[in-house]
Amino acid sequence: MPTKKANKSWSLVTRSSPLPGFRLSIGFTMTYLAVIVLIPLAAIIQHGARLGFGAFLHTVTAPRVLASYRVTLGCAAVAALLSALFGMLLAWVLARYSFPGKRIVDAIVDLPFALPTAVAGISLTALYAENGWIGRFLEPHGIHVAFTPIGIVMAMSFVGFPFVVRSVQPVLEDLDPAMEEAAASLGANVWQRFLRVIVPVAFPALLTGTALAFARAAGEYGSVIFIAGNMPMKTEITALLIVTKLEEYDYSGAAAIAGAMLALSFTIMLAVNLLHWWVQRREGKRV
Amino acid sequence: MSGHRAICTSAMLRPSTAQKAGRVALILLALLLLSGFLVLPVIAVFTQALSQGWKMYRDSIHQEDVLSALRLTGLVACIAVPLNMAFGIAASWAITRFEFLGKSLLITLIDIPLAVSPVVAGLMYVEVFGLHGWLGPWLSEHNLHVIFAVPGIVLATVFVTFPFVARELIPFMQAQGSDEEVAAVVLGANGWSVFWRITLPNIKWALLYGTILAASRSIGEFGAVSVVSGHIRGQTTTLPLEVEMLYNEYNFTAAFAAASLLTLAAIVTLILKKLIEMTSGVHRHMDEKEVES
Repeated sequence: MPTKKANKSWSLVTRSSPLPGFRLSIGFTMTYLAVIVLIPLAAIIQHGARLGFGAFLHTVTAPRVLASYRVTLGCAAVAALLSALFGMLLAWVLARYSFPGKRIVDAIVDLPFALPTAVAGISLTALYAENGWIGRFLEPHGIHVAFTPIGIVMAMSFVGFPFVVRSVQPVLEDLDPAMEEAAASLGANVWQRFLRVIVPVAFPALLTGTALAFARAAGEYGSVIFIAGNMPMKTEITALLIVTKLEEYDYSGAAAIAGAMLALSFTIMLAVNLLHWWVQRREGKRV
Repeated sequence: MSGHRAICTSAMLRPSTAQKAGRVALILLALLLLSGFLVLPVIAVFTQALSQGWKMYRDSIHQEDVLSALRLTGLVACIAVPLNMAFGIAASWAITRFEFLGKSLLITLIDIPLAVSPVVAGLMYVEVFGLHGWLGPWLSEHNLHVIFAVPGIVLATVFVTFPFVARELIPFMQAQGSDEEVAAVVLGANGWSVFWRITLPNIKWALLYGTILAASRSIGEFGAVSVVSGHIRGQTTTLPLEVEMLYNEYNFTAAFAAASLLTLAAIVTLILKKLIEMTSGVHRHMDEKEVES
């Protein structure tokens, strides 16, 4: 038996290697992946499927749930767009210019990755509330941020924009100056160089970063719930609705909505992977 | 490189006054947005925490609930992070040292936790270990508690930090290649001595980098942990959950005091990350000398 098993796992290997430890490392990897990720994921999908198609559809298209999709996806889309603009600006400045304190700025960009989302949530709420440092300047102009969709967009942009910076920055740094120099020597001005030389190279990375920012924003919970106000139909995000269903012991409802969110997550993941594949193929062709 | 550039292209790319002004304007705009959007929230945390004076701040932090939340957060990180380090090393060894079927699928599967909403992540474990879940009846028969208890919090934390170490190690070990390890094996070293003497010393900075990212996330995780915790004060509240509970009780000063501890952890994380980037070459995408102009 052991030899048979060994042969079987060995047949997975498509090119032999002199190094040891394949079976141990792949065995541990697959077991751990199954226990932590795949089996729990299957449990939620199975619960969603157990409901039957009619009940599932009824749950995920209830008016309050549909309103939560509108809030979540709408705010996430605006946040992704803002992240793309702000992220592109920062990536450009960090990749192209040198200025005092640049290393500190580069480190600070990762703050939203490191700062716990609950802390970001209460801090942004304090800043944008009526009497907050920023809110007190906006309120007199009739701009309400805290407890409105604008607040949700602020929180989502906060967690999303580092994805854009970290996707675009390496591409801009690797861009061969010779390409721009060639364009300049042929008479291209600054804008032409930017639009014709830099944008085409950086665009796939910008798209990837924006997609990641959107995915993060759509799934975000901690930083949003404090600033959102959580009014059903108006400022209630889908992730919060899952928590609400759970608190009402409506496990099937929670599983169904989670199934809808998973479908979105996997679609974005697939899109990003296809984008990578396309870029690699394009670059392969160019060489 | 920069000297070479300056000589060849000084005539073509020398910035005009207008371009220099544009450059300064872009840098200032970026700095302004960054300070308003990122630095101000951090300052606000400390200002709010200290708004009632130092004594109040100290008392807020020394409350028994906050201290026990701090202990639980530390405990969870101490279990979750080593598990994910072991996984990261095993996965990157298999992926970068061998060619096998389904490798790119495996790399994609490792990224799943990054795409899943934290709330959905927490719910997944409720579906497996909760009272109505797959193992729920069996667990309650044997009086074992996973959901609304510490094991559930650990599992949720392991899930959200799952890819961090692996994602640092895979590209790093891929770039490094396996020549040294193959040489050692050919000369008769056994597997574990290759690992301890060659692989581990080679990957130590990337491993540390991934570990710091995982530790930082595990200390700060909120959504996934919130779903499985049950919010039992003094027993299943981690520090981020304690922040939420204090905040929802309108105990703002105490909430921000607890939040200030998490913010300090985040600042330490950023400093350590930058130090590793600067000393080891891990993730050093910007060559500081080259862009000076």
